[in-house]
Amino acid sequence: MKKSSPMPDVLVIGGGNAALCSALMAREAGASVLMLESAPKEWRGGNSMHVRNLRCMHDEPQDVLVEAYPEEEFWQDLLKVTGGITDEPLARMVIRHSSRCRPWMRKHGVHFQPPLSGALHVARTNAFFMGGGKALVNAYYRSAEAIGVEIRYDSPVKSLELKDGRFIAAMTESGERITAKSCVLGCGGFESNLEWQREAWGQNERGEWTAENFLIRGTRFNQGVLLKFMIDAGAETIGDPTQAHCVAIDARAPLYDGGICTRIDCVSLGVVVNREAERFYDEGEDFWPKRYAIWGRLVAQQPGQTAWSIIDRKAIGRFMPPVFDGTQANTLSELAVKIGIDPAAFVETLAAYNAACQPGTFDHTALDDCRTEGLTPAKTHWARVIDTPPFYAYPLRPGITFTYLGMKTDATAACRFGNAPSDNLFAAGEMVAGNVLGKGYTAGVGMSIGTAFGRIAGVNAAASTGHRHPTFHEELAYAAGH
Amino acid sequence: MPPVTDLEAPVAGGACDGGVNFAAAMTAGEAEVARIMQICNACRYCEGFCAVFPAMTRRLEFNAADTHYLANLCHNCGSCLYACQYAPPHEFMVNVPQALAKVRVRTYQDYAWPRAFGALYERAGLTVAFALSGGLALFMILAIAMNGRLIHEPLKGNFYAIFPHNFLAALFGIVFLFALVALGIGVLKFWREVSPTRGDHPADIAAAARARMPAVVEAVNDVARLRYLGGGHGEGCNEGDDAFTLWRRRFHHFTLYGFLLCFAATCVATLYHYLFNLHAPYAFSSAPVILGTLGGIGLIVGPIGLLWLSLKRDALRSDASQKAMDRGFIMLLLLVSITGFALLLLRDTSAMALWLAIHLGTVMALFLTLPYGKFAHGIFRSAALLKFNIEKRMPNRLGLGGE
Repeated sequence: MKKSSPMPDVLVIGGGNAALCSALMAREAGASVLMLESAPKEWRGGNSMHVRNLRCMHDEPQDVLVEAYPEEEFWQDLLKVTGGITDEPLARMVIRHSSRCRPWMRKHGVHFQPPLSGALHVARTNAFFMGGGKALVNAYYRSAEAIGVEIRYDSPVKSLELKDGRFIAAMTESGERITAKSCVLGCGGFESNLEWQREAWGQNERGEWTAENFLIRGTRFNQGVLLKFMIDAGAETIGDPTQAHCVAIDARAPLYDGGICTRIDCVSLGVVVNREAERFYDEGEDFWPKRYAIWGRLVAQQPGQTAWSIIDRKAIGRFMPPVFDGTQANTLSELAVKIGIDPAAFVETLAAYNAACQPGTFDHTALDDCRTEGLTPAKTHWARVIDTPPFYAYPLRPGITFTYLGMKTDATAACRFGNAPSDNLFAAGEMVAGNVLGKGYTAGVGMSIGTAFGRIAGVNAAASTGHRHPTFHEELAYAAGH
Repeated sequence: MPPVTDLEAPVAGGACDGGVNFAAAMTAGEAEVARIMQICNACRYCEGFCAVFPAMTRRLEFNAADTHYLANLCHNCGSCLYACQYAPPHEFMVNVPQALAKVRVRTYQDYAWPRAFGALYERAGLTVAFALSGGLALFMILAIAMNGRLIHEPLKGNFYAIFPHNFLAALFGIVFLFALVALGIGVLKFWREVSPTRGDHPADIAAAARARMPAVVEAVNDVARLRYLGGGHGEGCNEGDDAFTLWRRRFHHFTLYGFLLCFAATCVATLYHYLFNLHAPYAFSSAPVILGTLGGIGLIVGPIGLLWLSLKRDALRSDASQKAMDRGFIMLLLLVSITGFALLLLRDTSAMALWLAIHLGTVMALFLTLPYGKFAHGIFRSAALLKFNIEKRMPNRLGLGGE
């Protein structure tokens, strides 16, 4: 079954979820497919090895998904988090696609499971991958190999050879020139490129290079080489380079690949102070799952791009256990000394907060009535006095999951030059996510976007070489709304 | 720490401190499990694979007893290793199956009775070799001492002409009873160490009492079906790589039911002998011979398959030092079944006494090593599954409230 021709029909550059979806779809359509993954096999899959679930539209309960999550509600959620910086037709296509893609995913070996304990709030909206993203990536690679996709690891691509908006060949780092009839770019954003991040975020009013203190939650391989190449080659782009999936994570996380476990979930149960021992935002504004994606940027704006989540013993056992132990102390001033901030200022901030806490009935599973009065910034829910030793501090830093700067595209996933789509060059995954996500984030939507554009790009790349996918057009017609 | 029973009570250590008070009392293997479980507990992607991870989520910290419990819940299916974003070469070096395997064998050792005999696990290959050579020598010597020779005129398959029935029944009965007592004491110690009802909360004690019967039913079902060799999705375990296969479960089923059928053959024969006064040799069409033959086939197919899988298993997920224990037990089972068939085929010839001595010698070696070898895994894992099935029916007092 395996075809190894000197000139494949479809060249897929990348090795994560979107690239794999493209490769599988193109191969299903009958095209010969060569996939180039820049990482070695043990690091394959890009950021997809860290993902957890897929946000899915559904009009009625579906296996692991309870109740219903209709198109309109999904759209409204997306509209809210992006503040309207999105493309409605493309967003709706992604949403509708998410309602019908799971049988195909299962066919290629992906297993779904009910939501994880501690993540029940998304039981209705998100389908969880059994074993997480790496299990999904493994399944897709096995399936791709089984149906005859040729896969090469350790194969970073340096540049492309383009002619009049058409793909001709890819040049690898090792100097090989690989020609193909069509190409899909599924090789990620530029989040792992620290130099580019530094340049994009620039210097703040304190003279700090903000991005120097960022941590990258995902792969080290998304250097944005081809994104940069495409921008320089005159491809139409979309998105702001400082917009990204950016959350506050434990400052002790590794520079790359810290993944899900480095998140800190006790923010809403205590207070957060910066290096000056000042609070800077309402920790209890809403449920943490709805707020974690704004805290990365909030911390990025603080001096030293760092902050500490402070709790007392009452919070223990009420949040997902953290991967790193907190700094512990029996008094607040001792805690301040241990984390290296001014004890007097810290104790004063905490005293002011404690004095402002109003009596109420604490309930961390609801938007309760425990709030502060006369404090700026206020804490509007779960505001309980922090007075019960031991006290704990968790250091925070901005953690970048993926960047939104990418290729402008349309419902065909084609790259565009001079306001015209390319015949044979397509993009998927993080490279086009910015079309739907101008800013903000909501759990699992990255996989909805990656899977939709990955599959569409693969089908269209194969079609541009004369291979029609046997079943996808009906599915796509539904998703595209015509 | 045990499952949290009262959140307002002081928590020894707490979720957020160094946990040093427990770590200090731990072995390196237990501390490694505790370290890994703290990472897993913050991730939880593998929750759907097996019982280990749901049991983990009921805890915030992991003391030595918790690591023993989790180690014996793990069936080493491998799913969580290939799915792990933190597995080597990631700097977190998370390898759940290997870390649990290392603690697991220590639990067999530490809970062995008499305690000193636990050291036999450290020389598992030698233990099997001694038991086997000792068993063979014993029955060769007995045969010669009682009959003067090993080769004789054909005796129409009458084993008792060589060794009297009551002598065999007494000898094997005593050894088997000892094995049962030794394993029973060991598993009881294990059971008492981690108890879901250890808290003083009356509601917990009542819930545990209510849970017991349905938990027993489910645990028996889990063991009989070898549920957790299915990998959560039913496609099986990993062996050489991230692909799933059901062969490990199938070969385990051959082995388990082969063993039980052979045991049933012995029980039926004992009933025939004492209750109905029907004495061996039994015809090929008799119940003991049919049960024994079916069981023997299972004990040939199963162990050969398990040996084959053990040879090609990914070294990353195994504890290399346990190969002697694993393969020693597999080889003993295989020898018992092969020599059993040889005896069945040659029982009408002049070599019957020789093969009877060989077969009884291997059976004796198996019985002697039951409490000090790989056989213990079935007992301890069943106990851990029962504990899990009770625990999961009890109220979870952790109120994590969503991440």
